[in-house]
Amino acid sequence: MKRVETECTLTVNGVDHAVSGLHPGESLLDTLRERCGLRGSKGACEEGECGSCTVLVDGEAVCSCLTMAAAVSGRSIVTVEGIGEAGAADLQDAFLRAGAVQCGFCTPGLIVAADALLTRNSSPSVDEVREGLAGNLCRCTGYGRIVEAVLDTASQRREQP
Amino acid sequence: MTTTSTSERREVTAIAGGVGEPVLRPDGGAKVDGSFEFSSDRSVDGELWAVTVRSPHPRARILNVDVSAAVALPGVAAVITADDVPGVNGFGLIASDQPVFAVDEVRFVGEPVAAVAATDAETCARAAELVVVTYEVLEPLLDAERAIDGTFEPIHPDGNLIRHQRIVRGDSDFVGEVIVEGTYEIGMQDQAFLGLEAAVAVPDADGAGVELLVATQWLHEDRRQIATCLGVDEERVKLTLGGVGGAFGGREDISLQVHVSLLALVTGRPVRAAYSRSESFIGHVHRHPAAIWMRHHADRDGTLRKVEARFVLDGGAYASTSSAVLINAVTHAQGPYRCENAVVDGYAVRTNHLPCGAMRGFGVVQACFAHERQMDRLAAACDMDPVDLRLLNAMETGDHLITGQRVENVAPVARCIRETMALPLPEPETEDHVLSLPGGAGLTADGSVVRGVGMAVSIKNLMYSEGFDDYSTARCVVRDGRVALKFATAEVGQGFVTIAMQIARTELGLADVDFESIDTAVGSAGSTSASRQTWMSGGAVVEACRGVVGQILDQVATDRELDRDGLRIEGEWVTADGVPVVMVAEAVAGHLFEFTAEYHHPETTELDEYGQGDCHTAFAFTAHRAVVDVDPDLGLLRVVQIATAQDVGRALNPLSVVGQIEGGVAQGLGLAVMEEIIQTNGVIRNASFTDYLIPTIADMPPVVISLVEEPDPRAPLGAKGVGEPPCISVTPAIVAAVDDALRKAGRRVSPLTRVPIRPQDIALAGEGSTATVGS
Ligand code: FES
Ligand code: FES
Repeated sequence: MKRVETECTLTVNGVDHAVSGLHPGESLLDTLRERCGLRGSKGACEEGECGSCTVLVDGEAVCSCLTMAAAVSGRSIVTVEGIGEAGAADLQDAFLRAGAVQCGFCTPGLIVAADALLTRNSSPSVDEVREGLAGNLCRCTGYGRIVEAVLDTASQRREQP
Repeated sequence: MTTTSTSERREVTAIAGGVGEPVLRPDGGAKVDGSFEFSSDRSVDGELWAVTVRSPHPRARILNVDVSAAVALPGVAAVITADDVPGVNGFGLIASDQPVFAVDEVRFVGEPVAAVAATDAETCARAAELVVVTYEVLEPLLDAERAIDGTFEPIHPDGNLIRHQRIVRGDSDFVGEVIVEGTYEIGMQDQAFLGLEAAVAVPDADGAGVELLVATQWLHEDRRQIATCLGVDEERVKLTLGGVGGAFGGREDISLQVHVSLLALVTGRPVRAAYSRSESFIGHVHRHPAAIWMRHHADRDGTLRKVEARFVLDGGAYASTSSAVLINAVTHAQGPYRCENAVVDGYAVRTNHLPCGAMRGFGVVQACFAHERQMDRLAAACDMDPVDLRLLNAMETGDHLITGQRVENVAPVARCIRETMALPLPEPETEDHVLSLPGGAGLTADGSVVRGVGMAVSIKNLMYSEGFDDYSTARCVVRDGRVALKFATAEVGQGFVTIAMQIARTELGLADVDFESIDTAVGSAGSTSASRQTWMSGGAVVEACRGVVGQILDQVATDRELDRDGLRIEGEWVTADGVPVVMVAEAVAGHLFEFTAEYHHPETTELDEYGQGDCHTAFAFTAHRAVVDVDPDLGLLRVVQIATAQDVGRALNPLSVVGQIEGGVAQGLGLAVMEEIIQTNGVIRNASFTDYLIPTIADMPPVVISLVEEPDPRAPLGAKGVGEPPCISVTPAIVAAVDDALRKAGRRVSPLTRVPIRPQDIALAGEGSTATVGS
């Protein structure tokens, strides 16, 4: 029988968080928000449909609402709170400048997802941005400024690598 | 700044970051680094969690509620029901017809019956399951027509008809040379804001009042309703705006506010609650589904002569704002066109469906879909180009609505149409990318994709109607050269805080502007709805700043012995008869100025029994053109481009205006092609983002925009509200484009008459139409 983990150590934005008393199957999103005090990652569906909860696990974008906290013990997790230091400060700035932020609820997940996209593909086309971010819902912006922010960041990075 | 340095550059230029510039949001930095606190992010030491127990039935008699097992569960602090409501067990924006907790009867699936507070969310959920409610299931009223014809027993003491309004104008017997007729259906849309309902209530020191942090659209109205339900004076209820993750009308009504406040009072502890997505779908009001019949009469040359219409809006179980939504719908039946004769009947009814109320566009979305489909039919019947027909009839300033109201605002309808149609069309698809096919990734479309183009136009009232004395309050304080603004205007993402800052800079000539907390410690700002905050709260900020400007100029006149009448603030300077005398920053140093202003808009009147009266405050106009690709065999479609010209008066912040337009277009597109709450026998079938689809980035086409800037002399700073207009005519424009594609494919003769368009409406074109075309 599989043992149910109730404690683990999460390495989030380079800092170790020892957490205990995990509920069986507790999601990484809940653990980050309620136990690590990192409320930057948002939940808007908790079933993998909205992308608001996107974080990086070993550089890969995942929905933290569908990821068990105990399953990512010891791996490197980056959330929106750490993404600037992890090299995406220009992307954050581009979101702001392009007008890609309104209510901002989708923004943390989108910035993390867009950062992962630009890591995979440093020169995405418009369609590749649309495909790469199709898992992140935004209800306010209609996405036009978001596409622009991501493309701006890509071209800026090409100009000043 | 020293006197020498200022006198060296005595040049009056506009202050940086003032009105008209694409200034960035002051809260944007916190929103991109994750530190912005939404209402769901707030926790308080010693807090309890709360959850709501809801009805599984659309209509049932409550025989018994047994909370004993739930109360006995370790960790549960309180379980409350209707018996525990100390004040009035009823709330609502217009009528207080909705109980905090159901008494005797439940009227929709999801109606609150009890609420639980416990140490954590898991315990709450288990306790909720232990609340035993014994129901006697009753036959639900699900057919709106039966609410009108009186063949169903009243499902609420207030009756089944929420409101009927008739409009009769001109010659009701008029018969046109050309008549077109159709019946239209609009599905129930959800606001689907991303930030779910969340609140934290903290009992005050003596336990008789409560402080509530909540994401809402109208703090003071929430306070009124909460205080009434709690049975306490309004002063005992203090509200602070928590970070709001979008609203779109869905936060105008009470959802969890009373429940958490009451639990905080009962337990004496802070209580926190947050809805899940599925609970959110049943926990707030929706856009009214509508059935609309219209008959248009015109001369053979296309001149519109008479509109006949019948609107049926299903308001669901409780009134919410249904009566106001109905008035918006019926009074906009003619669209942005001249029309001297009308006979219109509208009904907002009560059923055992989910309650409906405010959503962006507020009744006008429904009316516009019907009148624009009618204009397309009329164009076909007159053998005219749909654009020419609309230009022929386009309303101008001074024309009248079918209510008899004269349109006093700038009304650039023809210009919106022309500028929209002049925007470049998209290039034909060259790249063979899967995303550029109808259906997108995961679905396929074969080679027979057909492109269609359609357009539509809207008129939208701004602000509140029917004699409501609407106002907004703002306070401006200048201390040590810094401006502090205070208002209760709900910032829901639209960017009011940005333009408030811009207005203060331009009016005062001071660069540093801060905000105080948005809460009930200042007068009401009214609701962030009805496209009203730029005009109303913007107007209040203008007046508050101008009050301070007067004080500053008095000061300068005294200090420098100058003629007060010649003094003004221009750019960053105080000028005397146009000559710069001192920089404002220098003039205000060491002084304190403060002014609080209340802005009221011009009075409106109620409608009489014939629907006549000056019931609306102001109007804005928008045109949309849609280009779509359709696969007629698979019933798939992709919106390729939206072009729009919008009458904005004046763009106070072009970046924000573009954001409102693109976001509004996305919601109108959603209604056109995918968004609908489905209820079967009163039970919602798609309360999740898996089943209720909203547009993703892959669904959104480029939006090409032309801002029509004709400052409205009636608006503070000339700016019209821009929030609702972008989501209205885009829906019929898309449907018209699909019709055009189907016509080109030789598939369909009768127009599409419902939104959202379903694959079968396309693939089975011509077989399912309920509409008939007159001669
Ligand atoms: S909360 Fe994780 S995808 Fe929506
Ligand atoms: S900015 Fe509000 S959901 Fe994206």
